[in-house]
Amino acid sequence: MSDPMKNYEVNFIVDPVLSGEEIKATAQTYVDHLKNEGCTIVHVDEMGLRQLAYPINKRTSGVYYCIEFEAPNGELVDPMELSLRRDERIIRFLTVALDKHGVKYNADKRAGKIGKVTKKKKKEDRDNRDRRQNKKRSDKGDDKKAAKEEKKEEAKSEEKAE
Amino acid sequence: MASRDDIKFLSNPKIGQKRQKYCRFRKFGIKYIDYKDPDFLMQFVNEQGKILPRRITGTSLKYQRKVSSAVKRARHLALLPYETDLLK
Repeated sequence: MSDPMKNYEVNFIVDPVLSGEEIKATAQTYVDHLKNEGCTIVHVDEMGLRQLAYPINKRTSGVYYCIEFEAPNGELVDPMELSLRRDERIIRFLTVALDKHGVKYNADKRAGKIGKVTKKKKKEDRDNRDRRQNKKRSDKGDDKKAAKEEKKEEAKSEEKAE
Repeated sequence: MASRDDIKFLSNPKIGQKRQKYCRFRKFGIKYIDYKDPDFLMQFVNEQGKILPRRITGTSLKYQRKVSSAVKRARHLALLPYETDLLK
């Protein structure tokens, strides 16, 4: 708690019309800008070209970047957002203050603990569920057959009794 | 008298029973909801991209607030649509 540094995360979408070098240069300018302000960059995540869920400024795709950094105070966020807003190369941006769980989550994600595990788990769960359901269905089918056979036998025995 | 095992039901008697709902974040100890993971957030929206209510997902209030803010952040970053049809 005595740590005065605050953790932030800034996401932005770069215009995909630019060339690859220009896109990288755009991201690098903001990394350098943050370093000049006295921040320590924790991680720069380049998520690459992605399809947008809805068109923004008549663009249907964009290059996603996420910079996680530690700042001594929150005063540098406003000027940074202003420069992002004025930058024509950037379609959209979002700055988020991270709590301790967020920091831990991002560290785990970088270590490869989270994305893979949850996805595998989900798939396995689904498979297991499907298997279980199939089993149940087959069991039920067997039960019905067994029940029919029993009924037949009962009927036969009744006939004999008569 | 016939015991319970001997009774043959025409329909499955377990169909009408309610399944107990639970908060998956509390159960699995998830503390942080990632707004950059649209595949995960897809479980909390309906086909039109609307956030599902707590009474359907079973999420506790504390985490429902986090889910809703995560979905809204994802929408702002165009990871999830604001409005659509046939999302799933």
